[in-house]
Amino acid sequence: MSKMAGLELREFCLFLKGEALFRPLTISVEPGEVAAITGPSGCGKSSLLLALAGLLEKPFRIAGEALLDGRPLNGLAAEARHMGLIFQDPLLLPHLNVGQNLAFGLPRRRAAKRGERWHLIEEALRQIRLEGFAKRDPASLSGGQRARVALMRSFLSEPRALLLDEPFASLDPDLRKEMRRFLADLLAARQLPALLVTHDREDAEALARQRFLLKKER
Amino acid sequence: MRSRPTADRRRPWRILLASVISTLLLLPVASGLVAILLPSFGFMPAIGGEVFTLAPWRALWAEPGLWRASLLSLFTGLSSAAISFALAMLLLAAGRSWIRRVLERLLAPLVAVPHIALAVGLVFLIMPSGWLARLLSPWASGWERPPAYAFPNDGDGLALILGLVVKETPFLLLVALAALPQVKERQRLRMALSLGYHPTTAWLKAVLPDLARRLRLPLFAVVAYGVSNVEMAIILGPSTPPTLPVLILEWFNDPDLTRRFLGSAAAVLQLGLVGLALLIWHLAGQAGWRLWRHLASDGGRQSGKTAVLAGLYGGQGTLVLLSMLSLASLLVWSFAASWRFPAALPDWGAETWIRHGDGLLRITATTVALAAASSLLALLLSLAALESEAVGRKEAGGRGALLILAVPLLVPQIAFLFGGAVLAAQVGLLGVWPVLLWGHLLFVLPYVYLALAGPYRGLDPRYAAMAASLGKSRLSVFLKVKLPLLKRPVLTAAAIGVAVSVALYLPSVLLGGGRFVTLASEAVTLSSGGDRRLLAVTALLQAAVPLLALWLAAFCAKTRMTAP
Repeated sequence: MSKMAGLELREFCLFLKGEALFRPLTISVEPGEVAAITGPSGCGKSSLLLALAGLLEKPFRIAGEALLDGRPLNGLAAEARHMGLIFQDPLLLPHLNVGQNLAFGLPRRRAAKRGERWHLIEEALRQIRLEGFAKRDPASLSGGQRARVALMRSFLSEPRALLLDEPFASLDPDLRKEMRRFLADLLAARQLPALLVTHDREDAEALARQRFLLKKER
Repeated sequence: MRSRPTADRRRPWRILLASVISTLLLLPVASGLVAILLPSFGFMPAIGGEVFTLAPWRALWAEPGLWRASLLSLFTGLSSAAISFALAMLLLAAGRSWIRRVLERLLAPLVAVPHIALAVGLVFLIMPSGWLARLLSPWASGWERPPAYAFPNDGDGLALILGLVVKETPFLLLVALAALPQVKERQRLRMALSLGYHPTTAWLKAVLPDLARRLRLPLFAVVAYGVSNVEMAIILGPSTPPTLPVLILEWFNDPDLTRRFLGSAAAVLQLGLVGLALLIWHLAGQAGWRLWRHLASDGGRQSGKTAVLAGLYGGQGTLVLLSMLSLASLLVWSFAASWRFPAALPDWGAETWIRHGDGLLRITATTVALAAASSLLALLLSLAALESEAVGRKEAGGRGALLILAVPLLVPQIAFLFGGAVLAAQVGLLGVWPVLLWGHLLFVLPYVYLALAGPYRGLDPRYAAMAASLGKSRLSVFLKVKLPLLKRPVLTAAAIGVAVSVALYLPSVLLGGGRFVTLASEAVTLSSGGDRRLLAVTALLQAAVPLLALWLAAFCAKTRMTAP
């Protein structure tokens, strides 16, 4: 079997109490590409992302295969998967300032010294157009600013793929448009495959080349 | 159509209620403190102190062992709080495996077990002729007679620290578990794991700092109790010298009434000691906070080695084992007829239960009556306050309310209860049931209110709005909608109230004026050289009452109420 760069699902399915949540899914997402997953509430969209991130807890059971850059993900611990996960809630840590929240994503192996780390943080802040915000309390940021910080924090952790669980759901239409552009640019620049779970057709149409409707098995 | 009273017209009732609760909590504390402050400067006309003088303070400084007693109190209180906090937090941090769930289930009921019962059980376990030594003798230790080590009651207070840790860790663990949803534990863990953090490190860096801030008040209460507790220090602590609170009680109980001047000065010193302990805790917390912020953003993702985690689980397991064995040793001693060292088990018999049955029944009845009355009163006051807050749309859970509730938990009991007893004696109310009940209510009310406030405020207001829109009166909404919906938290809060009251020692001893004997006061009296079997029975009964109350609350909560 050929090794494919990007994210691949083969007959991937989740079971709860012996019943499949959705029909087995086969997807192939290339680097820099976004695949959108839509479907009715409760059909297992978010659980699918958690399963790929290695965060799905019992009593779920996983069937099929998931590969990242040709490497099987099944059985790997969450922290070893290198799958960035972005939620609707940016989950900025309230005990850290904006710069420290970004530093939370930056691995030590990339920059161990304090000066070196802050240089990278300042560069990251510039990329998300928040220069001078390093010492700010996350609570003082607007919704869009928080979403950008959360996204950049994930990028700083050097993921090999991105899983997006309705990341723009709480933003107003103008901000959504801006965030979509921002995300598309970052994904293209870093050549990351991404899986986007959304209820919003505009999000799916604007970002994704492939769109999948998750159907309940029953 | 009858008009409903407006929020403004209800305002006087809310003010009256707030005043009653504040008076119940603050007045006894404040007057008790005044009543020790004046004698500490020589003023107590009832026993001949009619001029202000520094003589009590000079006598206090000259007292041998004072500094060691003060340092012991500070050391045992602060170190037990730090160890309990570290153990509880590390248990939560070390993964979400089945071990954590099992430990949580085992530790939860231990919170209801009174300090005294657990301390007595621990003594039976670790003393030279205790169960642990018997289980190891003679095959492993070679001991044919009880060894000669001084533990418990060691001079450095290590047994006292152990006892406090065994008791406070489950408490902090349960308080932390209740606060975890507020800090979005699960979501933050998922976020940090997706960034490549090991689960333990993820918890310590993303959850702990925020959680620790929310535990500030319970931690202050644990520190204050650790530094100022009397009952555990009598049972497990050193004796030459004992901790400062034990010395104070000895001076207050001295037949030479002039020693009360000395006791009052020492009680003021104890107040300062608790203040100092809280300040040290606060400053250490601030320093730890700064360090943690730096560590949290340093990018390190790996946790400690597996051996460290195994050690943590081992530590927690030992704690649970010690607690369970302590309670089991109470049961074994209570049915012991004769028990020669080094036999692992006694010759069984129920003589102690039978011989002391009547007396124990009387003491248990007094304890249960006090617990039930104080818990019921606390429940009524808490419900009235919370309902009044809900109607007034006023967020009364602010700092002011919290501070008032915290006062009896943070100010050392020995400091103000003695003053309260002196005042009660002067107006002829010492040893009177309502005063004793008030003394219990002082400590029961804060716990009942805090246990009830979260669920009460979290109740969906649309239920009440729906019932009101159907023409129901406020009383009817409260009785037929809110109370049934809050049945479980109300019953649990009542059971917590019972547990707090049953555990109280000083209010019964100082305000009871010797006329009321409770299981707590009897157990402490017996612990200083009384019949071990009777001590075991008394401590066992003291542990059984709150556990029974919690079981009853859980049972009733499951039973469906039939609406009229």
